[in-house]
Amino acid sequence: MVRRGEDFDAAEDALQEALLEALRVWPEHPPRDPRAWLSAVATRRLVDARRADSARLRREEHTSAEPPRPASTEVGDDTLFLLFCCCHPDLAPASQVALTLRAVGGLTTREIADAFYVPEATMAQRISRAKHTLHGRRLDQPGDLAVVLRVLYLIYNAGHGGRVDLAEEAIRLARQLTLVTDEPEARGLLALMLLNHARSPARVDADGRLVPLDRQDRSLWNTREITEGVRVLQSALAAKRPGRYQIEAAIAALHDDAPRAEETDWPQILAWYDDLVALTPDPVHQDPAAVLGRAVAVGHVLGPAAGLRETDRLRGVLDERYRWHAARGYLHELGGDFPAAAEAYAEAAHLATAVPERDHLVRQAARVRARSAMPQ
Amino acid sequence: MPKYLILKHYRGGPEPHRSFQPMDQWAAEDVEAHMAFLRHVGEVLRESGEYVDAQALTPTRTWVRYGGPDAAPVTTDGPLPETSDLVAGWYMVDVESYERALEIAAWVSSEPGPGGEPLYEWLDVREIMTH
Repeated sequence: MVRRGEDFDAAEDALQEALLEALRVWPEHPPRDPRAWLSAVATRRLVDARRADSARLRREEHTSAEPPRPASTEVGDDTLFLLFCCCHPDLAPASQVALTLRAVGGLTTREIADAFYVPEATMAQRISRAKHTLHGRRLDQPGDLAVVLRVLYLIYNAGHGGRVDLAEEAIRLARQLTLVTDEPEARGLLALMLLNHARSPARVDADGRLVPLDRQDRSLWNTREITEGVRVLQSALAAKRPGRYQIEAAIAALHDDAPRAEETDWPQILAWYDDLVALTPDPVHQDPAAVLGRAVAVGHVLGPAAGLRETDRLRGVLDERYRWHAARGYLHELGGDFPAAAEAYAEAAHLATAVPERDHLVRQAARVRARSAMPQ
Repeated sequence: MPKYLILKHYRGGPEPHRSFQPMDQWAAEDVEAHMAFLRHVGEVLRESGEYVDAQALTPTRTWVRYGGPDAAPVTTDGPLPETSDLVAGWYMVDVESYERALEIAAWVSSEPGPGGEPLYEWLDVREIMTH
């Protein structure tokens, strides 16, 4: 209905009424094609609702006299179209996320509000403003797939707050997306999410403490997700059009592939990081996270001192972020410089913006400080 | 979407940009205008989908600590240094960026004071950690 030019609110109301009607009618008379039935009834409701609005009657009659645009019957087309609407570039990221979860994910406003720890009224307002922004926009253009991918990744990274696991929701949406587009980056993103999500059972211990990758119990990793992630990634890479999600997925796959942390194929990971930083002309400013990740790989392949020199390139860009200090703490520790590691971890803890990371970094600082106090 | 607490203080913080009398000494219409402005801030934040919470605190404070085994909590209401911070209330917002939080705080700080002139009050902006 949105595709045919209806606005979100009216379409949602009409569909709601059609669903109520279905609850009443279907037990006695199940339809042959439920989708078509719902669509027909909802459209009829929409027309009824308009007729009731006498002030707009003339314009509506004019509209309904126009030949209807051919409506696609393909479910996939509709999903993609709806994603493009929800991730319209005129919307702020928070609105794109909220509208996508509401209109494509089918979550309730309450669930979305819970997931982001804001009052339900605030989330309702955000969604209604987003719909209002889209009202009257031409929505028949193909949208920007890169924005859709970014929004899905935002949802994935918003994590596990509230009653709804947003990471799983993002995976579900990305899987839907890969069914309707051949773009390898869509599959790259799905693979990346699966390969990272596979480790989530090991990422937190029984006491809720964060466990870093090199200390995780790898037997807890979800092998089904790893297998699927690798398969999806291989099919994406076969298209020979690499992009950042495919590359990040390849790095995640190499971590997942190591039976023990010591067996991680760091040279291979570094090669992928080289590809990642080569995607942008000025990676230090355009993709500092990639440069930082590469610095850790350099630390493993060429030695901690070389890795630390790589992080120096990010001074002035990332040195007020906890990740920069955390990475340097890790590299100092790798090189056996425990006092410097303790100091870097402490600074990282000071700058952290999430409680689990802060707590983890405080523990890291205390742990290496104890080692530096030990007689050599 | 980071969340920020924008804290208003009864006292404390940097040297005031513009000194003013306590509110109980303002003209009645200036007090009304001030409060109407702060209500308006809350409404605008609700409207923009950035509102999380807004509260005001009484100025009465009690410091309390553990009294030791089998002892009652120990309290004190002073003496404290005259310059110690005293929080008056806050807005909690869920915004796109740190810059947006500063923009909101600066707008709050333009609240009307005596004679309807902006107060230029210092506000303390603090990021809330995620879980």
